[in-house]
Amino acid sequence: MANFYTDTPQFRHYLHHPLMKRIVELKERNYADKEKYDYAPMDFEDAMDSYDKVLEVVGEICADIIEPNAEEVDQNGPTVENGRVTYAAPTQQNLNALNKAELMGMGLKRRFGGLNFPMVPYMMSADIVSRADASFQNIWMLQDCGETIYEFADEEQKERFLPRIVQGETMSMDLTEPDAGSDLQAVMLKATYNEKEKQWYLNGVKRFITNGDADIHLVLARSEEGTKDARGLSMFIYDKRNGGVNVRRIENKMGIKGAPTCELVFKNARAELVGTRRMGLIKYVMSLMNGARLGIIAQSVGICEAAVREAYSYALERRQFGKPIIEFPPVYEMLANMRARTDAARTMLYETSRFVDIYKTLEDISRERKLSPEERDEMKRYSRLADAFTPLGKAMSSEYANQNAYDAIQVHGGSGYMKDYKCERLYRDARITNIYEGTTQLQVVAAIRHVTTGTYLQRIKEYEAMPVNPELEQLKRVLKQMAEMYEKSVELVTSQKDEDYLDFHARRLVECAGHLVMGHLLLQDASKDAALFRHSAEVYIHYGEVEVLKNYNFISRSGIEEMAYYKPTIAEE
Amino acid sequence: MAFNIIVLAKQVPDTRNVGKDAMKADGTVNRAALPAIFNPEDLNALEQALLIKDSYPGTKITLLTMGPGRAAEILREGLFRGADDGVLLTDRAFAGADTLATSYALSMAVRKMGSYDIILSGRQAIDGDTAQVGPQVAEKLGIPQITYAEAIEEVKAGQIRVKRRLEHGVEVVACPLPAVITVNGSAASCRPRNAKLLQKYKHAKTITERQVEHIDYIDIYSSRPYLNLTEWSVADVEADPKQCGLSGSPTKVKKIENVVFQAKESRHLSGSDAEIDELMRELIVNHTIG
Repeated sequence: MANFYTDTPQFRHYLHHPLMKRIVELKERNYADKEKYDYAPMDFEDAMDSYDKVLEVVGEICADIIEPNAEEVDQNGPTVENGRVTYAAPTQQNLNALNKAELMGMGLKRRFGGLNFPMVPYMMSADIVSRADASFQNIWMLQDCGETIYEFADEEQKERFLPRIVQGETMSMDLTEPDAGSDLQAVMLKATYNEKEKQWYLNGVKRFITNGDADIHLVLARSEEGTKDARGLSMFIYDKRNGGVNVRRIENKMGIKGAPTCELVFKNARAELVGTRRMGLIKYVMSLMNGARLGIIAQSVGICEAAVREAYSYALERRQFGKPIIEFPPVYEMLANMRARTDAARTMLYETSRFVDIYKTLEDISRERKLSPEERDEMKRYSRLADAFTPLGKAMSSEYANQNAYDAIQVHGGSGYMKDYKCERLYRDARITNIYEGTTQLQVVAAIRHVTTGTYLQRIKEYEAMPVNPELEQLKRVLKQMAEMYEKSVELVTSQKDEDYLDFHARRLVECAGHLVMGHLLLQDASKDAALFRHSAEVYIHYGEVEVLKNYNFISRSGIEEMAYYKPTIAEE
Repeated sequence: MAFNIIVLAKQVPDTRNVGKDAMKADGTVNRAALPAIFNPEDLNALEQALLIKDSYPGTKITLLTMGPGRAAEILREGLFRGADDGVLLTDRAFAGADTLATSYALSMAVRKMGSYDIILSGRQAIDGDTAQVGPQVAEKLGIPQITYAEAIEEVKAGQIRVKRRLEHGVEVVACPLPAVITVNGSAASCRPRNAKLLQKYKHAKTITERQVEHIDYIDIYSSRPYLNLTEWSVADVEADPKQCGLSGSPTKVKKIENVVFQAKESRHLSGSDAEIDELMRELIVNHTIG
């Protein structure tokens, strides 16, 4: 029987990372739930065993149901009629299977019916689901909006909405509008409060809303009349049961066709406020986005994995010049790079997930009791690391998903350009990953301050201090040289003290940090399991070394004056 | 309304992936060499039971299996999917049973369980492919049977209506309850394991498993009685040892050969006695049988 969890031994490697002990201990509050819930773990080993067994179920459903459905989902997609969306039949079948298996609300607390899984196994599920069907991962992953309700809504709202998510009701996050994309401060959807009815009403239009006909929506709207910036925006829950929102159309997209992308018309839609007024964008959306970005890293890794496997099996099968094409160096080099990028993106995903796990769980504990000073420090430290690694991981992994999908077609040659092969769908699906939830360019904006303030460098130094097996010392030396090159590049740019100049080179600097971080993570992986990671560590670090050198050369030869050659000349009217 | 359902299930060697050492020298199946799985059509049967439970939530599903100690694995697999209880019929005296001895033993276990409305099982097991056990259990219990079931269309007090998948079409039949229904592979596939039930029942063990294995959480077996899987011996079900296992099995395997089907043409016979006689003669003459 095919299984997308057990056929990828990398998962168990990351599941058994030493930091999991701390994560599970925090998440399970010393296993207090075992008295109340028959499915709660007894202790650490029991919890780990449960994650492993549940992931096996996810892997089975993905291999047996979701992946075989993916082609039809892509071809037929959802439809809209009279303002309501109907999923493609196999998409609905996927949802039913996951519902029956009670795999919705994975991260939610048991008192709401959730599984209380940490981010690490939760993101592994997202990774596996994406490999099976990236478009379905969008719909499934939106259950993460429940996390925002859990964090910011009041108790009564939590009790009303969270169990519904566990029972399989779907969600959407309604942020984007025709004139508010990357710049969400420009959101205009109007929220008005009727004093007499003590009721909020929403009016306006939202665009590009993934899964926009969901049962439960989180909506960003302007609650403060006359304001124009972020401080006038609040977060609302719209419940489809109340009516008032119609789907005007669904977009005809290039990829992820199974997930309906909707234009929504709000017409006196009753809604309820989440948390405090004016905090919508400043606080809640930022938190929502960080969760969503982690989900896109998982989606990217899943696409990377699917692409490398498609390319590999084709290269084994396809014979030219009397032998399988996998025996030709230009082909196997492509495949080795694809595997290295997949492993690099994946190790980054789980490192970031661990950071998120620790800080989010401590933050959650702080709602129950006062944290000790050590715990507060721990929370701050991991929160900062999560903040630094999320945009970095999103930028790097989504670009790798694209690169892998591109190479998968290249390995297929002419056949890959035909609709007959899966790699063509992967190519289209991958293309959105470096656009939505913030383009790569915007991830760089979020990540660059961790270049200038030294968060990355400090973490890189910590990695350098971690021991590795003797045969890997040489690779570590390469990484140390890369770090020196990176420091020099940062110095070259920041010493100019020019904002535009920093923005100009920001992506190059962030990428260098990415190569270093992922190189070190793969080195640690290879030190623990050479059979699984040695090749990827070697291939990736050599690739990264060249990239860091290239970026250094470019930066050292492109001063502020050279920027003029890039600036567009716009003719005045 | 609620029903008492017994699902007969078998742990079988996965004959879909047969290697060289699949058979032992004595002609019996080398179970150790093949991965043990839940017989596929028994999973279809379990799904039919679960669908009834979906419609009538008070319904109780008990899995019954006969086999060595490790067959308890499929009881857990059933619990992970929504069954309520599992019974393992295990005893050295049950070993080597053919379909007659198996159906005798199962029918004795069903009698011990007492009240039941529906007995479901797969049409046949992939190791023997006999399709005899379900019907024989019905005969031994003296209740009606419906074979080749593809979907249970309706269950109500005292009656069941079933769609059967036959060679050239479908047939809808009804019969009074209790009854035995054997389910075809073309019926709905079984649902996946449920994440919560998996975590709830993963420590469920038979008494023998608890004695022979290292068990981590001893005290939960008293505080959580549902984790104790029932185990019955020949004596527990008050069966006659002579009718069990090898001694109760008239079928003797003389020799097993690997046969590769080579004929490219087929012949259709009308089924008249004369035609069958002619065919028998032909097969004896060319040493296909005899």
